Amino acid sequence: MGFFTDTSVCIGCKACEVACKEWNAVPEDGLEFTGMSYDNTQGLGADTWRHVAFIEQDKPMGNAATGTSADGTGMRWLMASDVCKHCTHAACLDVCPTGSLFRTEFGTVVVQEDICNGCGYCIPACPYGVIDQRKGDGRAWKCTLCYDRLGAGQQPACAKACPTDSIQYGPLEELRERAAARLDQLHDLGVDDARLYGEDPEDGVGGDGAFFLLLDEPEVYGLPPDPVVTTRDLPSMWRHAGAAALTLLGGAAAVFAVHGRARGRR
Amino acid sequence: MSGPGAGEGARPGREAQVGQGVPGDETTGKEAHRKGGGRRNRRGRRGERAMVPDAEFTSYYGKPILNPPTWKALDIAGYFFLGGLAGAGSVLAAGAQLTGRPATARALKTSSLVAIGGSTAALVHDLGRPARFHHMLRVMKPTSPMSVGSWLLAAYGPAAGAAAVLDVTRLFPRLGTAATAGAAVLGPAVAAYTAVLAADTAVPAWHEAHRELPFVFAGSATAAASGMALLTSPVAETGPLRSAAVFGAALEAGAARLMRRRLGMIGENYEEGRAGRLMRAAEVLGAAGAAGAALLAGRSRAAAALSGAALLTASACTRFGVFYAGVRSAEDPKYTVVPQRERIDARARAASASSEPQG
Repeated sequence: MGFFTDTSVCIGCKACEVACKEWNAVPEDGLEFTGMSYDNTQGLGADTWRHVAFIEQDKPMGNAATGTSADGTGMRWLMASDVCKHCTHAACLDVCPTGSLFRTEFGTVVVQEDICNGCGYCIPACPYGVIDQRKGDGRAWKCTLCYDRLGAGQQPACAKACPTDSIQYGPLEELRERAAARLDQLHDLGVDDARLYGEDPEDGVGGDGAFFLLLDEPEVYGLPPDPVVTTRDLPSMWRHAGAAALTLLGGAAAVFAVHGRARGRR
Repeated sequence: MSGPGAGEGARPGREAQVGQGVPGDETTGKEAHRKGGGRRNRRGRRGERAMVPDAEFTSYYGKPILNPPTWKALDIAGYFFLGGLAGAGSVLAAGAQLTGRPATARALKTSSLVAIGGSTAALVHDLGRPARFHHMLRVMKPTSPMSVGSWLLAAYGPAAGAAAVLDVTRLFPRLGTAATAGAAVLGPAVAAYTAVLAADTAVPAWHEAHRELPFVFAGSATAAASGMALLTSPVAETGPLRSAAVFGAALEAGAARLMRRRLGMIGENYEEGRAGRLMRAAEVLGAAGAAGAALLAGRSRAAAALSGAALLTASACTRFGVFYAGVRSAEDPKYTVVPQRERIDARARAASASSEPQG
């Protein structure tokens, strides 16, 4: 099960952000005006499990005339609700030393809050910059895809609250079909930049349990263009560390062999 | 409400007609590329002319893509340094004992015990919930370097402790020898695994350096432990440790140089800012310490102590430099986007090249 977020119909109402906070009792995380856009949440973190990005662009959308200036340029808004990707190969889960992060029966990735000891390893391990440590609490927190609601046969709070069906919840196979159809529809309308992101099970993280339809490059939305699960290179890392350890041991052995036994006393 | 999933969210006939606009109106807009960070201009450095254009990249208001590590520098870089000092110290202590240098062996065993104690304390201190440190030993996970490290520490710590205590108290010499040998076998792993701990993250300056970083750490650990021996042992016994100091400092500096060169643009993080200053200080102090160890430390106690202190400081600078370079690379989206973009482009070029011959 997972999310398909169709950003082409997102209206930036932030109902998902609010529904998520309300249902999961996520604490307030600072009321500040950033001045950069209408986005005052800025990004995903321990206390922001859904985040709506607002992008102002000087770019027309498909065939639509977006502005009135003489040189034909205009302005468009891109809005996108970001969330934990629930990767098939989840780096946070792989590196967690306590087993606090686990894969649920729905294929999602969840933190057990009573097990997490706050080591913080999952935070730099996430290639998407999703999971984070809550100040004053010390533990790592992120979207659970409303694990409690799924268990009760409900859909996640954000999907439930979304007024435009930008956030859709369901079996991934079905969502991928729906996403492909929507992508074709947009391409037919001349929105050539439309693309799916994270839907490919062959990508660097084995496909995302939460994937997106974007209207521009992923990095425009603050998403990495080609994320790879951090543990993919782990065998090579252990091999190099083993070689380095043997170098240390060999170097020390060589040094003592060359110098031989201490002369003089005893 | 109906059950989960199937069909929910699909609302036929409600799809927004994005971009339908006015038929036939084919206005084109110019690309609005927002350059993030504003830290791109490196031209003019050393009067060199850049041979490649500055990286063009787009980002979301220059905000970081990754969440930077929440680790505290003093705790985690300190943990790397002390773990290295302890691990390499155990190896050198065993060598010293085996070749009849008891005072050096004792000094290194003691420093290893103190260092591993200190590094464990730093690790526990850095946990968001220190009282739950024991959760580290709940599972055994080879995919988690931190889990591997916790178990390694659980085996190495007692061995290093027993080696030191039994040497100082002169009790159970055979058990002491076994503990010394055990600590010496596990020591290199303790010194090198921390490089994997850092590299197994999405942090560009750490992850992309995963080939060289273990050698930087192993060399740095050897230099630190030799430095400790020079600082604490009688000159008559430190012959091999002076050589070990040169070996360690050379390995550390060589691997660090190789790492920076191979990292390309990500290597900037090891050259600029606080990390750059620390890495340069490490190189200078390491070279000075190694030269002092090789040329002067055999003749003068003071020179030996000074060289030892320089080597210890160099090792600490390297660990802090590596730590800050990683944090810096995670905070600037440039280091996440540009290399990944280049990877995609290279893949696309390879795909088009392989598909061309067939037509």
